[in-house]
Amino acid sequence: MTGYQSGLLVILCFNVIAAYAVYLPMAAGQLNLGVAGFMATGAYAAAYLTNEAGWSIGAAVPAGGACAGLLALLVAVPILRTQGIYLALATFALGQVIAAIFLNLDVVGGAAGYPVSAYAGPGAVFAATAAILAAMLLLSRTRFALYLTAIKSDPVVTDLMGVNVRAVQVGALTLGAVIGGLGGGLYGHHFSFVEAQHFNVALSIFTVLYVLLGGVQTVWGPLVGGAFFTLLPEVLRAGGGWRYVLFALLIIGVMALRPQGLVTAGAHWRPRRRAASRAPSRTSGHPGPETRLSTEVSGS
Amino acid sequence: MTALLAIEHLSIAFGGLQVVQDLSFTVPKGRATALIGPNGAGKTTVFNLVSGVYSPTGGRILLAGRDITALPSRQRIRHGIARSFQNVRLMDHLSVVENLLVGQHATTRGLRDLLVPFRLVPNHRWRREAIDALAEAGLAAYADAGVGGLPYGIRKRVDLVRATLSGASLLMLDEPAAGLNPTETNALRDHLALLRGRGVTLLVVEHDMQFVGEVCEHVVVLDFGQKLAEGTLAQVQRDERVRAAYLGQAA
Repeated sequence: MTGYQSGLLVILCFNVIAAYAVYLPMAAGQLNLGVAGFMATGAYAAAYLTNEAGWSIGAAVPAGGACAGLLALLVAVPILRTQGIYLALATFALGQVIAAIFLNLDVVGGAAGYPVSAYAGPGAVFAATAAILAAMLLLSRTRFALYLTAIKSDPVVTDLMGVNVRAVQVGALTLGAVIGGLGGGLYGHHFSFVEAQHFNVALSIFTVLYVLLGGVQTVWGPLVGGAFFTLLPEVLRAGGGWRYVLFALLIIGVMALRPQGLVTAGAHWRPRRRAASRAPSRTSGHPGPETRLSTEVSGS
Repeated sequence: MTALLAIEHLSIAFGGLQVVQDLSFTVPKGRATALIGPNGAGKTTVFNLVSGVYSPTGGRILLAGRDITALPSRQRIRHGIARSFQNVRLMDHLSVVENLLVGQHATTRGLRDLLVPFRLVPNHRWRREAIDALAEAGLAAYADAGVGGLPYGIRKRVDLVRATLSGASLLMLDEPAAGLNPTETNALRDHLALLRGRGVTLLVVEHDMQFVGEVCEHVVVLDFGQKLAEGTLAQVQRDERVRAAYLGQAA
């Protein structure tokens, strides 16, 4: 693998990790525009632990994730009292506040940035991304993931089914923040430098775009969206100065043609002959549900 | 006859509008009770009060003798109250069986059940139970269909199956037969008889009086949020006030 390729893959990994941080609350219908703040928390906390406390990277990065998760847990209760656009604005403001705090925190370098003594190579980044991806795939097969979608569909009915909607929402935001914090911690240790300016609102918004473009219906959406956003500008390099124009047009095209995202979930539809023949009169007269593909990827 | 559900002097007002006023009635255990009345009589509001969507401005709700008036809505299903919805509220982003898995939540316990990746296991117990319940209603063929594209009658009955999966002792059904064709209504009647056989108590809001007569032994008539009459369908049909308020207009 050339340096360019491995560098590109590392960026892809960071983008995908960030996308999963946004995906979890978004699967429950909550737009988090402050993911950069949680990433910054993880980055600074992990860097501080390796620099000042002499922790190993393997311990410091998860601890950074835990710090981001703890912060999310603390702010989740007041923040999740808001909904819709107000929740988006509240998370946006939170991200800005966190970045501003680190920008003025002299113990971690302030505006000059914070050099990180320990280094995490591409292999460590790949391994961590694979682990996060595996964890997300496992999580997607749980009731927790099912309840996220249920809450997005109908929070009132989900509550009446006995699900603690608020707890699941807090859990999704917190778990998303842990993933964002892990990504931030890895980022700092890979580039050996953390600066608050990197964790700006553009990072948060781009990450939301990865998820929207990939689709929130399945666990694969953030991966596909992150890959699309990271790799396509490279593929379009041949376009020279026009490549970002082409890229923007492609994004608009994808959003117009597939507003639900590139990857969509579909129910597996297998008619059961035995049941159908036992009660033919009940199913006859109905055209039956439309066949949908199990996992449909198109447009990329 | 012991009462499973007792409504005592229940009232609720929205702004200046008194929707339910000093309402008292009981739902006998193991029986099917119908709540009937003209449109706007407050029937669905009573369902919303019992399931905890609304908090009453006065009165009490007792379930098996226990005061549940202040119990949060999400905890009521664990105490045995489940409901279906007049305007079928299935989760459109989920398949039929996934909707039923959410309906099972009240039978699960703790964080472990929440976080075990059970959908990696083919034919997991939870999925099997959901499909068995669908099969009882004659709907097994729809297990993996997305609910969005399903015909109304099927959606309506999936909503009912979802309510039964909580293991509730009291099922509140809001117009279960509305919009169903005769074949579907027959299947619904058979399904309800099956549930009755297991000791499930029913509280049914319904406009189809033939259906009420066939399914429910006990009828409570509401008008303007107050109880107008109570008894068997034949008894309330003879009541002059009921005829004037409701059946008379329908006849």
